[in-house]
Amino acid sequence: MSFPHRHLLGIEQLKPHEITELLDLAETYVDQNRRAEKHSDALAGLTQINMFFENSTRTQASFEIAGKRLGADVMNMAMQASSIKKGETLIDTAMTLNAMHPDLLVVRHPHSGAVDLLSQKVNCAVLNAGDGKHEHPTQALLDALTIRRAKGRLHRLNIAICGDITHSRVARSNLILLGKMENRIRLVAPPTLVPSQFAEFGAEVYDDMREGLKDVDVVMMLRLQKERMDGGFIPSEREYFHRYGLDADKLSYAKSDAIVMHPGPMNRGVEIDGTIADDINRSVIQEQVEMGVAVRMAAMDLLARNLRSARQPAAE
Amino acid sequence: MTILFTNARLIDPEAGTDSIGGLIAAQGRITAIFPGGADAAQELPNHGLSPDDVQVIDCGGKCLAPGIVDIGVKVCEPGERHKESYKTAGLAAAAGGVTTMVTRPDTSPSIDNPETLEFVTRRAQADAPVKVLPMAALTKGRAGREMTEIGFLMDAGAVAFSDCDHVVANTKVFTRALTYAKSCGALVVAHPQEPILSAGAAATSGKFAALYGLPAVSPMAERMGLDRDIALLEMTGAKYHADQITTARALPALERAKANGLDITAGTSIHHLTLNELDVSGYRTFFKVKPPLRSEEDRLAVVEAVRSGLIDIISSMHTPQDEESKRLPFEEAAAGAVALETLLPAALRLYHAGHLDLPTLWRAMSLNPAKRLGLNSGRLKTGAPADLVLFDPDAPFVMDRFKLASKSQNTPYDTQRMQGRVLETYVAGEPVYRRS
Repeated sequence: MSFPHRHLLGIEQLKPHEITELLDLAETYVDQNRRAEKHSDALAGLTQINMFFENSTRTQASFEIAGKRLGADVMNMAMQASSIKKGETLIDTAMTLNAMHPDLLVVRHPHSGAVDLLSQKVNCAVLNAGDGKHEHPTQALLDALTIRRAKGRLHRLNIAICGDITHSRVARSNLILLGKMENRIRLVAPPTLVPSQFAEFGAEVYDDMREGLKDVDVVMMLRLQKERMDGGFIPSEREYFHRYGLDADKLSYAKSDAIVMHPGPMNRGVEIDGTIADDINRSVIQEQVEMGVAVRMAAMDLLARNLRSARQPAAE
Repeated sequence: MTILFTNARLIDPEAGTDSIGGLIAAQGRITAIFPGGADAAQELPNHGLSPDDVQVIDCGGKCLAPGIVDIGVKVCEPGERHKESYKTAGLAAAAGGVTTMVTRPDTSPSIDNPETLEFVTRRAQADAPVKVLPMAALTKGRAGREMTEIGFLMDAGAVAFSDCDHVVANTKVFTRALTYAKSCGALVVAHPQEPILSAGAAATSGKFAALYGLPAVSPMAERMGLDRDIALLEMTGAKYHADQITTARALPALERAKANGLDITAGTSIHHLTLNELDVSGYRTFFKVKPPLRSEEDRLAVVEAVRSGLIDIISSMHTPQDEESKRLPFEEAAAGAVALETLLPAALRLYHAGHLDLPTLWRAMSLNPAKRLGLNSGRLKTGAPADLVLFDPDAPFVMDRFKLASKSQNTPYDTQRMQGRVLETYVAGEPVYRRS
């Protein structure tokens, strides 16, 4: 088995060749998704439950479409509205769902490590759709696929991750993935929004954005996570935009063919100038969304293959 | 009953010795101590005893040390008896060589008035096989607003005053409480921590917490808390004990305060001496304690501070939590670990690793806590209470949490290899535990 994982909990657990394999498979789904007939049956007969303990529109929709295109029965549960309010614990919720025999469980949770915990209690495949400030593996994978398609490779690139890194699971997963694939990573942020310890992981930390963007191939912007902030991390949005918002001037320090990425949803005029975001020559933000569906199809396909082979041992 | 212990490795924290000898316990006290591996028949006549009135215990070269005096044990009565009762905590203590539990008032409700204190004293006397000395809250409801009836509580038997992990953030309230406590001669046990900087923290800030995405607190918060408390001690002259010093950065401040002659002592927990932040990997909530586990550099600095005597006391910080409190995402899970029964074998890790010898360990686990509370136990001395623990420092075993006597079994050492087991425990010359 070249993708020997029961769950997709984080990038941390993946080896470089497994990342490559997943991205290769995702490429085939990119093609499939562009055809008029988008359906296949990799997940036929399987039940996928999307359990979101935290608000999400795009990630949940992306997982839902991915599952449906592969023929799974997909169900969405908005958990913040239901049982937690009644005092049920995460594990009880997991056990309850587990009793309904789902095959794929897609989970987002506001606390770091919660998806790991849940995966220990169920006997289906669990996909982490974001846990607290820890990991968001499918986002990093879709970013990787986007970069690979735009740049023709996923190694030896200079990549700047900019903005609210402290509160970002996207940044953590990307840092791990892009590091594993041997890229040079810069973190560009005000010092209140980047844990200084990230320098110890081999990233270069910049608090001057122009310096940080100098000669990079990829500019990855992050959303300012106002909802996760208690107390002032920045003086104001306008000062933040002035010093750390991506505009034409700051982008001019990057390589002339540098691409601009953003995991969405964007705060236009806070971390990114609207015209940059919409510049089809630089921005790959829409492509990221497209890659998201393909990557999630590939991830669920691989986990489902493992699930099926585990259930039918030694058929020959 | 008179007991003669022979052929023991006597661990004497006062003299700092670890040597073969024996002792006699009669009427609850140590009545004689003698060196060498003499057999009972030779020794009895020297003390005017005949074999008929004496029980002889040949220790076979195993260690005989003063029983542990553990400051900061949480027994969950009143309020959460399902987590730990005086009976189960007492059994765990006896099995762990702890002969005196100094209990915490962070129960529900807090032990903040003489009536509640009397209730727990009664419960302890009825159920616990070891000595129990209660601490009471420093402020009502541990809310940091009004001081408790320190005088009445002392009359009712409170040996120290503490709001436990609640820092009295209002310095005016804390100053008054310290001043009043001083006039009563009361010991105040505080938790040095800058409360706002450390609010909501589940880990120590560092590489590990950054990678795991956990809300973290800088180790500096402990030094800030200690610095504040030291300033208030200079102002009030109160008698003060810092419950847990766990970081290297706090140590110079502690050293200066002691050099300046303030009435200050400091403790640390067995978990901070034997585990570090990396043990949390995989979000294992049994390793969530308060303050959070620190870096390896901090751990080693704290071990060294225990060796040098800068940190006076090692405590279990026994904090029972049921499965429901721990089977949660790391941030939501309750902090704390049970440790009455694991304190001794965990402490022996420091001995086997060559960091601390046994007399130094017992100085921190029995002699110093007893001295700080004005007890004459915690030492091997003629006239001292015969609170003793006999243990084999080398016996290897694998920790099985389901064999612990505590009602809650949240130990971080579960499934770990350990070395050193309690064989027998005596309180006032009476056996309270014998390993079967």
